[in-house]
Amino acid sequence: MKLRELAHARTGDKGNVSNISVIAHEPGDYAFLAEHVTAERVKAHFADVVRGRVERYELPGIGALNFVMHAALGGGVTRSLSLDPHGKSLSSSLLEMEIPDRQQRAEIKP
Amino acid sequence: MKTLRIGAGAGYSGDRIEPAVDLAERGGLDYLVFECLAERTIALAQQARRSDPDAGYDPLLADRFNAVLPPCVANGVKIITNMGAANPAGAARAVARIARDLGLAGLKIAAVSGDDVMEAVRARDLPLVETDGRVADVADRMVSANAYLGAAPIVEALAGGADIVITGRVSDPALFLAPLMHEFGWRADEWDRLGKGTVVGHLLECAGQITGGYFADPGYKDVPNLARLGFPLADVSEDGSAVIGKLPETGGRVSLKTCKEQLLYEVHDPARYYQPDVVADFSTVQLEEVGPDRVAVSGGTGHARTDTLKVSIGYFDSYVGEGQFSYAGAGALARAKLALRIVEERLKLTGVATRELRLEIIGIDSVHRGARAGSGPELREARIRVVGRTDSLKDAIRIGNEVETLWLNGPAGGGGAWKSAREVIAAVSTLLPRSEIRTGVSYEVT
Repeated sequence: MKLRELAHARTGDKGNVSNISVIAHEPGDYAFLAEHVTAERVKAHFADVVRGRVERYELPGIGALNFVMHAALGGGVTRSLSLDPHGKSLSSSLLEMEIPDRQQRAEIKP
Repeated sequence: MKTLRIGAGAGYSGDRIEPAVDLAERGGLDYLVFECLAERTIALAQQARRSDPDAGYDPLLADRFNAVLPPCVANGVKIITNMGAANPAGAARAVARIARDLGLAGLKIAAVSGDDVMEAVRARDLPLVETDGRVADVADRMVSANAYLGAAPIVEALAGGADIVITGRVSDPALFLAPLMHEFGWRADEWDRLGKGTVVGHLLECAGQITGGYFADPGYKDVPNLARLGFPLADVSEDGSAVIGKLPETGGRVSLKTCKEQLLYEVHDPARYYQPDVVADFSTVQLEEVGPDRVAVSGGTGHARTDTLKVSIGYFDSYVGEGQFSYAGAGALARAKLALRIVEERLKLTGVATRELRLEIIGIDSVHRGARAGSGPELREARIRVVGRTDSLKDAIRIGNEVETLWLNGPAGGGGAWKSAREVIAAVSTLLPRSEIRTGVSYEVT
């Protein structure tokens, strides 16, 4: 299944560093996400994009992971050649990551 | 316990204007804060000021103040903003003129100075942060150097009786932290409270991004009435806890999910969020839904501030040239790919020197990056995009020109040529000792 079924995400940018929060729709899924959405997998997912290291910070209190991707924005928002220089769309790309199946939730609260 | 109500009136320089008017009219606010200054904006503003000493502040300043000043004055709402950009004193004079034209007498408008540290940065060869190199590497191309100031000069202005405070580069959360310090008497070394106030400021600083903007994903995260998105307000208590909300009958949504996304927006290590006033710790923040579109924020803390301030340096970097062109119907993708190969070869044949070059197809691989990019069914229309970095404006212009010549020289059925060439002012950062920075506050009275 895709990560999108269990989590939502938001991208932020500072200079040439992009961060993506991955937040469990249901707090009970946090441990499952923490097991399967590792810094290594995120780095591999963005192999063509992220030139630097990827760090992961854990926030079990709010059921969230925060990925910090260095040298990820083509030199930074101000000089990137990308149509999306901020990398805003990277969160949606990450939500396409395949993770092992888990029983789907009947309803996702907005 | 005393509480203070702060609204966010803008999250970037071009943001919508009416949500702030709505907050000023019926929000019961004590303060309305406008965050309008991005990394690159101040470098462009510095250039504008160099050609005109009265320029260099936010281009929408007049529109915003004309719209919000009457309800703010009528309801006793104080305004704090970084719309001063490269010229806070010039912005304060402009706001005073607007107020007089609106017949609003007796207003005290403060301008905060001291963020322009170009001379101090030039005088020392500091290492850059987040990238290799030193200031000397960009010194001859530097167009601006602005330190992220903290809350102190804004607190000074409020203590001086200002109704409106206009700054240049100030850390975004400090725009919100300052009224909390002023009204609650928080000291500059109460790290726990400054950390909590920073949490609140961080949640509010992007305005609509916590009320359902930058969030909707139909079927997964639905948000009502985004065309009338309401901007956020926070009821902040003296202990630093707060409730985030928005006005009734506005669009959008404030939920645990919108607050969680915004809490981590542009954050690296959540336990060490470096600010001029404090090193804030977001790792222990707790969120609780306490009503419709109302989320209580508690926890979070702070640690002693560092001895340096972050400085954003704008420098001339390069030129970028770009061209776009569309193909549609059967075989659109094949013709688009052919067009890209033609342009790539033409740039080589005609000797256009590029430091970087991207050849991509909008709808396939221009925005979507990472694994799975480029997969999916064939498109019924495809738009090519060729963009390159050059050392000269002339070469940048030639990139778009080569794309445009596809009209008469490229594959069948191509149209919609568009081209541009621009100078790139890029930004790098360094850290400057606090002792190098002198802030000041000046006033205009209407």
